[in-house]
Amino acid sequence: MSSDVDVAAPGIGLPEGDEAEAQAGLWRRAYDNLRAGNLGILPIVIGLALIVVFFSYKATNFFTADNFNNIIVQMAGLTMLAFGVVFVLLLGEIDLSIGYLSGIAALAVAEFQLPGSGHAYPGVVAIAIAVGLCALIGGAQGSVVALVGVPSFVVTLAGLLIWQGVILQVLEIKGVIVIQDKWINDTANYYFTSRAGWIIAAVVTGSYALAMLGSVVGKLRAGVAIRSPLLIVAKVLGVAAATFGTVAISNHANVPNGLPLAGVLVVIFLIGLTFLAKRTPFGRHVYAVGGNAEAARRAGINVPRIRIIVFMISGAMAGVGGVILAARLNSVDLNVGGGTLLLDAISAAVIGGTSLFGGRGEVRSALIGALVIATVSNGLNTAGYKTGTIYIVTGVILLLAVTLDTVARRLQARSGR
Amino acid sequence: MSETPILQLRGITKSFGSVQALADVDFEVLPGEVMALVGDNGAGKSTLVKCVAGTHSPDSGEILFEGKPVTIHGPKDAAKLGIEVVYQDLALCDNLDVVQNMYLGREERDWLWRLKEPLMEQRTADTLRSLSVTTIRSIRQPVASLSGGQRQSVAVAKAVQWNSRLVILDEPTAALGVAQTRQVLELVKRLGDQGLSVVLISHNLHDVFEVATRITVLRLGRDVGVYEREKTTQQEVVQAITAGIPTRVAGIPETTPELAS
Ligand SMILES: Nc1ncnc2c1ncn2[C@@H]1O[C@H](COP(=O)(O)OP(=O)(O)OP(=O)(O)O)[C@@H](O)[C@H]1O
Ligand SMILES: [Mg+2]
Repeated sequence: MSSDVDVAAPGIGLPEGDEAEAQAGLWRRAYDNLRAGNLGILPIVIGLALIVVFFSYKATNFFTADNFNNIIVQMAGLTMLAFGVVFVLLLGEIDLSIGYLSGIAALAVAEFQLPGSGHAYPGVVAIAIAVGLCALIGGAQGSVVALVGVPSFVVTLAGLLIWQGVILQVLEIKGVIVIQDKWINDTANYYFTSRAGWIIAAVVTGSYALAMLGSVVGKLRAGVAIRSPLLIVAKVLGVAAATFGTVAISNHANVPNGLPLAGVLVVIFLIGLTFLAKRTPFGRHVYAVGGNAEAARRAGINVPRIRIIVFMISGAMAGVGGVILAARLNSVDLNVGGGTLLLDAISAAVIGGTSLFGGRGEVRSALIGALVIATVSNGLNTAGYKTGTIYIVTGVILLLAVTLDTVARRLQARSGR
Repeated sequence: MSETPILQLRGITKSFGSVQALADVDFEVLPGEVMALVGDNGAGKSTLVKCVAGTHSPDSGEILFEGKPVTIHGPKDAAKLGIEVVYQDLALCDNLDVVQNMYLGREERDWLWRLKEPLMEQRTADTLRSLSVTTIRSIRQPVASLSGGQRQSVAVAKAVQWNSRLVILDEPTAALGVAQTRQVLELVKRLGDQGLSVVLISHNLHDVFEVATRITVLRLGRDVGVYEREKTTQQEVVQAITAGIPTRVAGIPETTPELAS
């Protein structure tokens, strides 16, 4: 280490002489994020807390362990769709086909488990076929977007119509298909015993703490400054509180007693997709394409490939969500994939803080947004409001969230350059 | 010339439909020199650069790298040879931070496909330090929050950190203020001092005369001359840019007397 080089560059965040940076790290990073128009999840967490407090006063049977489990299962399918939406929005694209694509998955999973149909497979195989089919369809739609250059809005709008049409044509003849396979139905109806629940909470918290420790060791070994060690401790404590808290409440519930498998599935996908988005080159490239596609291309990134894979992810997540939604009803009927599912999924991602303009957002925002939507609709329901009110309130929340995003973006434009 | 040019273009021609952007252009860069490429708007400077970067393929002509003929089909091919381009309209992702931009498209990853963030952060700090880019407070801040000069410095640093041999800068100071222009010119000088070859495109002859060793003038898609900085004047270069050199465009009477006088 030659000292003259060190003198030449005192300003860069370097390991040595960095105590001050580590101390001020938290605030500085918060300030940098604000300057860049990155508000994070703070507003939405505050909003969610307010919603919960409000309904707890408004409806007597809202703030109960039973209803807590209800909300988890109600939101699971929606959350899966919203995970896929986050990736598509990160590219600055849109996928309008996911609602009915989830219906196609439901149809496929019901059809391929149907006893006596001649193509009855074990539940797991039926699920794999349904999800794989949706991934293929998503990839096909993505190819038209990425290779031909048709706007994703149009391609997936066509997809919306086509897959709705397919569902109508099939189910007009068949009516309702009942799902009897236990594996499939379990995705929405299985509850862990209380001991299994505690073990799951311990495993999740333990692996998170280990992963954090691993990254700290990695940084120390490379001699890179650890900014805000306090934040790391706070994060681990937060995850511990969230997981153990969830299990405690779920174990306390009566009617469906125990931690719902659907909730665990959501967490598994949350972790897996967050890893994909934040820790792999692929995820980095998704952010890059969404931020500046031309820069990404010049950096040697295969932009069409990234786009196609993202639409495959979107399709696959619609498939996973469709299976869970069908399992919850134990059947598939003419309404499958319709209603407000598509718009709720997009709203969830956006309410959670993912930008419609591309390049900004997190996988977890889908979970947070879905939590808001499911809580509001569940709360209004238990308080005795009609469907119309639910739509209006959800709409207002969506508008607020996007307004916040737009204002943040304007701040970013002003601070940049 | 005893020294083999690191980059040599021979008879490059390129048309976009009816627009002839480049006509029979010769161009060369020697190892370790800062070669300026100047010319009026639309002279074909950016097009020439894009032919070298593989964004456009020339209609005819050949490209030699270190004396050997090469074909370049895209940024990856150019990077393999050690050619890096910093474009006129910056190629940074505003939503990513400095480290992420520096490694964009060439991320270090382990066997589990995990990004090696600490390693990339460390090396980014080293690169910036070696180039004396000192004003960036944190390399983990999004590029959107940097000033124009800082962004340009990041773009240049990104280009030089891959053991590149030849760095092409397309109007790196066009949008910058006085102090920030200084910052980038100092950086260009240091690249030359470190033995890299640099092609500098600029409209500002003052800047060009400060850092370049030689100057190539393009006019209406043709190369009209190569000047050594030591042996020429700004006036002569301006004349070449606007009117061409009399000997080259013989037959246009107005150009001859001026130079003769
Ligand atoms: N992709 C393209 N399609 C059609 N014409 C083009 C294209 N790119 C460049 N041209 C034309 O080629 C000519 C040279 O353009 P070029 O961008 O190389 O000029 P330049 O010397 O870089 O100018 P400036 O100083 O303004 O950057 C111009 O007449 C331009 O209109
Ligand atoms: Mg140009």
